[in-house]
Amino acid sequence: MGKKLLMKGNEALAEAMILAGCDAYFGYPITPQSEVLEYLAIHATKRTGMVVLQAESEVSAINMIYGAAGAGKRVMTTSSSPGVSLMQEGISYMAGAEIPCLLANVNRGGPGLGTIQPAQGDYFQSVKGGGHGDYRLLVLAPYSVQEMVDFVKLGFELAEKYRNPVMLLADGAIGQMMEKVELFPQQERIDRKFPWATTGKPKNGERRFITSLHFESELFEKVNIRLQEKYKKMEEEEVRYQTTNIEDAEYIFTGFGLGSRICAKAMQLGREKGYKIGLVRPQTLFPFPKNIYAELAPKIKGILDVEMNAGQMVEDVRLAVEGKTRVEFYGRMGGMIASPEEILDHFEKKFIK
Amino acid sequence: MTEESIFSGFGGQGVLTMGMLLGYAGIIEDKEVTWMPSYGPEMRGGTANCITIVSDEPISSPILSTFDTVVALNQPSVDKFEPKVKKGGNIIFDSSNILIPPTREDINIYPIPASDAAVKLKNTKVLNMIILGAFIEARKAVKPESVYKALEQVLPERHHKLIPLNKQAFELGAELIRKLM
Repeated sequence: MGKKLLMKGNEALAEAMILAGCDAYFGYPITPQSEVLEYLAIHATKRTGMVVLQAESEVSAINMIYGAAGAGKRVMTTSSSPGVSLMQEGISYMAGAEIPCLLANVNRGGPGLGTIQPAQGDYFQSVKGGGHGDYRLLVLAPYSVQEMVDFVKLGFELAEKYRNPVMLLADGAIGQMMEKVELFPQQERIDRKFPWATTGKPKNGERRFITSLHFESELFEKVNIRLQEKYKKMEEEEVRYQTTNIEDAEYIFTGFGLGSRICAKAMQLGREKGYKIGLVRPQTLFPFPKNIYAELAPKIKGILDVEMNAGQMVEDVRLAVEGKTRVEFYGRMGGMIASPEEILDHFEKKFIK
Repeated sequence: MTEESIFSGFGGQGVLTMGMLLGYAGIIEDKEVTWMPSYGPEMRGGTANCITIVSDEPISSPILSTFDTVVALNQPSVDKFEPKVKKGGNIIFDSSNILIPPTREDINIYPIPASDAAVKLKNTKVLNMIILGAFIEARKAVKPESVYKALEQVLPERHHKLIPLNKQAFELGAELIRKLM
């Protein structure tokens, strides 16, 4: 601990994976996150013996993750938007089979093949369930290179605690930018001895069986109820967010990831002009920090939600405040990023008028 | 101290490296740093740039639309970023190959004949180091010694023999801008 390095977000993510004692990475390169596989290919195997494999497609990679995670290994894959779309079937299966694993989406602009420039259009896909069925991912939204590191460590811990896939939703800018970062000490790759892992029939033990397929509806409803209880527990225990200047705030800016940093600068510029603006930044997108918005709503004049999409998280903000304050949205799409001045301009000309 | 700068030019001129060296030097001085490159198709032959911020305070947005200092190594960069210099800010450009110079009267304009100077040093690749030397001399965002240390960290060992030439280019850039200050 202690040494400060200058690292790219994608490289820091890869380094954190090695340090977290990850057993295997399966992935397929796609801009803007190809540095993850490149970095691992150079550093990972020789340092910890970790398996690093380029699969023939994202569909293949996610099913390799399913297999290795099912055998109780600590595994991760990363991709960017179109690649993550291809993975959705496997993600739904893993959520159904209650398999812990860590996924990262370095979000680029969509829909379709879209652009390699940064965007946040995959909020719905990540948070509302991009695959089929009633499932949830625990979604972490890093806003800095440091959080690319910290959330890998945290993400593995949460995945294993809840036996659930965890999604790290970043964006192309966080992946590509360099920033000061402090790493955590190397963790050993260990056999975690999960009682559910399919590592062969234990002597005198019960046969272990992992599936998301159920023929009896009565039983399958019970599985679904158990899953919902698990998601409720996440909502009770795993909400994470940060606030700035909320004590005297008359207005709140909100956003996640890179969007929240641009908001922070816009807030600073606004405060210099005398506007009492505060900032709320969700670090977990599911579970969503509803309570902080609900608490602030009656005390403020309004919330301006800024995202690099057409307005996705804003729906959750509106649900959270239950109509008790005004919630407006400002966003750019297609790989365009709003500047701090642009946000403040919108605030002055459209929002407070 | 906060220096919000953008380095811009053709791909291959070393603009991303300039920002990166500034960034590494900032880390050596335990400052806060963000380095945000353009990574799109422009990197493969068009105009590339990187926004580099060095500060004593935590940095909020790594993406900006106005800058304390614009460093421009080609004409399209001057055309595009001259309007983005903050009032009272600076534009440092390679006057050897930029034919239409900036014209604003509310900013400091520093024409550095860097390409010509690089030819005199018998290595056109050090163009970026000449301009970086000028930038550091004018803006004092980091100490020159930190940039030299950064060079040792960034360059693979087999290229360390080039460090004296890079230092020479850096010092020449500083000298050229001192004449304009």
